[in-house]
Amino acid sequence: MMRYCLLLHSPEPAEGEIPAEEIAAFQHAYQAYARDLETAGVLLSADVLHPSTATRTVTLRTGALQVQDGPFADTKEALAGVFVIDVDGPDAALAWAERCPGAQYGTVEVRPTATAVLDGQWSS
Amino acid sequence: MVELATAWVRAESAARTSYGRLLALLAAQDGDIAAAEDALAEAFEQALRRWPDAGAPDNPEAWLLTVARNRRRDRYRSAAHRTGVPLEEAAHLAVGDDTDPESIPDHRLALLFVCAHPAVEATVRTPLMLQTVLGVPAQDIAEAFAVPATTMRQRLVRAKRRVRDAGVPFALPDRDAMPGRLAGVLEAVYGAYTIDWQGIAGPAERGHLAGEALHLARILAGLLPDEPEALGLAALVCLSAARSTARTGPDGGFLAPDEQDTADWDGGLIEEGERLLRSAYRLGRPGRFQLEAAIQSVHCARRVTGCTDWPALRALHQALLSAAPTLGATVSLAAVLARTDGPAAGLALLDTLTGPAAQRFQPAWATRAHLLARTGDRAAARAAFTQAIALTTHPAPRRHLLALRDRLTSL
Repeated sequence: MMRYCLLLHSPEPAEGEIPAEEIAAFQHAYQAYARDLETAGVLLSADVLHPSTATRTVTLRTGALQVQDGPFADTKEALAGVFVIDVDGPDAALAWAERCPGAQYGTVEVRPTATAVLDGQWSS
Repeated sequence: MVELATAWVRAESAARTSYGRLLALLAAQDGDIAAAEDALAEAFEQALRRWPDAGAPDNPEAWLLTVARNRRRDRYRSAAHRTGVPLEEAAHLAVGDDTDPESIPDHRLALLFVCAHPAVEATVRTPLMLQTVLGVPAQDIAEAFAVPATTMRQRLVRAKRRVRDAGVPFALPDRDAMPGRLAGVLEAVYGAYTIDWQGIAGPAERGHLAGEALHLARILAGLLPDEPEALGLAALVCLSAARSTARTGPDGGFLAPDEQDTADWDGGLIEEGERLLRSAYRLGRPGRFQLEAAIQSVHCARRVTGCTDWPALRALHQALLSAAPTLGATVSLAAVLARTDGPAAGLALLDTLTGPAAQRFQPAWATRAHLLARTGDRAAARAAFTQAIALTTHPAPRRHLLALRDRLTSL
């Protein structure tokens, strides 16, 4: 089995821009998606993120602590969610990305995990 | 109470049978589908308000058309500029308008060509047909395509705006353009039918549109009785729909035609399909949809003969593969070859499928697994089942494949 991150990117709507009915429709779609991920036993975690306005960025790159409001890169589409799945290879990861409701209104980046902490140790 | 019920039934039946006719006629005036839909919706609302008291008119279709036209005219008039078109007399709206229903011209064929016009994005053509020609609610279309309803609504709104702004003509293409444009229409109607097969939505959602593809294919065949592929497509959908309830096994898994109980098949639909297919043959121009229908017809013949004519299926699948070379057609032929020439022949054909799309094609892996199991190579079959399972995201088919793999292990 291989770990993949499905990184959801989408344009960030303004407050109230998406009607309640649409939000409910997507919640319903994500619910079904989560259920099927669980049933298949491939879901490790699923986080949908607050808008990037809630983001703070931390760096010590310059030698001193810098904490900045807002995301690292200001782009048209922002990171909106992270699903971590454990599947049988790249094609299975694509199949799940295709099913992701986020692919309907944004893009889903499928990225293999290089290493992850398992039982307190970085996996090799 | 009786009058009320009658009026409702009248409105319902008018809605189901004439929605597309009325919409096509209204939209053809100026190419504005959305405005025509609004006017028609208001006409239906008014009908439901007035008919229970006043009684349904003798010709509900003409009544609805007149009201909808006046609604549109009101809109024009309330716009800044005057059109100078005189409003029709209110008396014209009187209940009992006796316009001959046959005199309402049928522009649905033009509407179908608009829906499949190159200016309309390919992915929204089928949804647009379902909504405009059949009046299927966007919610149901969205569920069948496994897309949130608002997303589907937005796509439909954009497509209609595009039709209006690009000035897509509500007319049949001229003779030179006809073959190419007709292919687009057939493809979009076929799209309504393949929702069933692509497994985009779960089985529950798919049910919403099961009957609609049939409806759409019948309308197209009725409008183009001299077009063999339109007849072939309708035959295909009939013969396939005839077996729709027999297709799912008790564990939710897919049952191949030769595993289905013929008692569950719909004899009426089979006869209708056979009739359509014979009419198509008589026109003497074979094509992809007629071949697909002929394949269904061979399967349906088991109802009478008690057996499946595999050599006939092999010939038809080979012809289909050369007419329309797709991954699906190759996998289907491989499954038939395994029957006629043994599993090794089927596997040899599957081996010719290379490339990333084939690697991700779930039916190729499921078929490979079945054929490997038949050769007795259990380890390879198990690996192929594992890959097929990995590519299956819906729970029911997944369960089915898991059970097959487990059975293989416990042998």
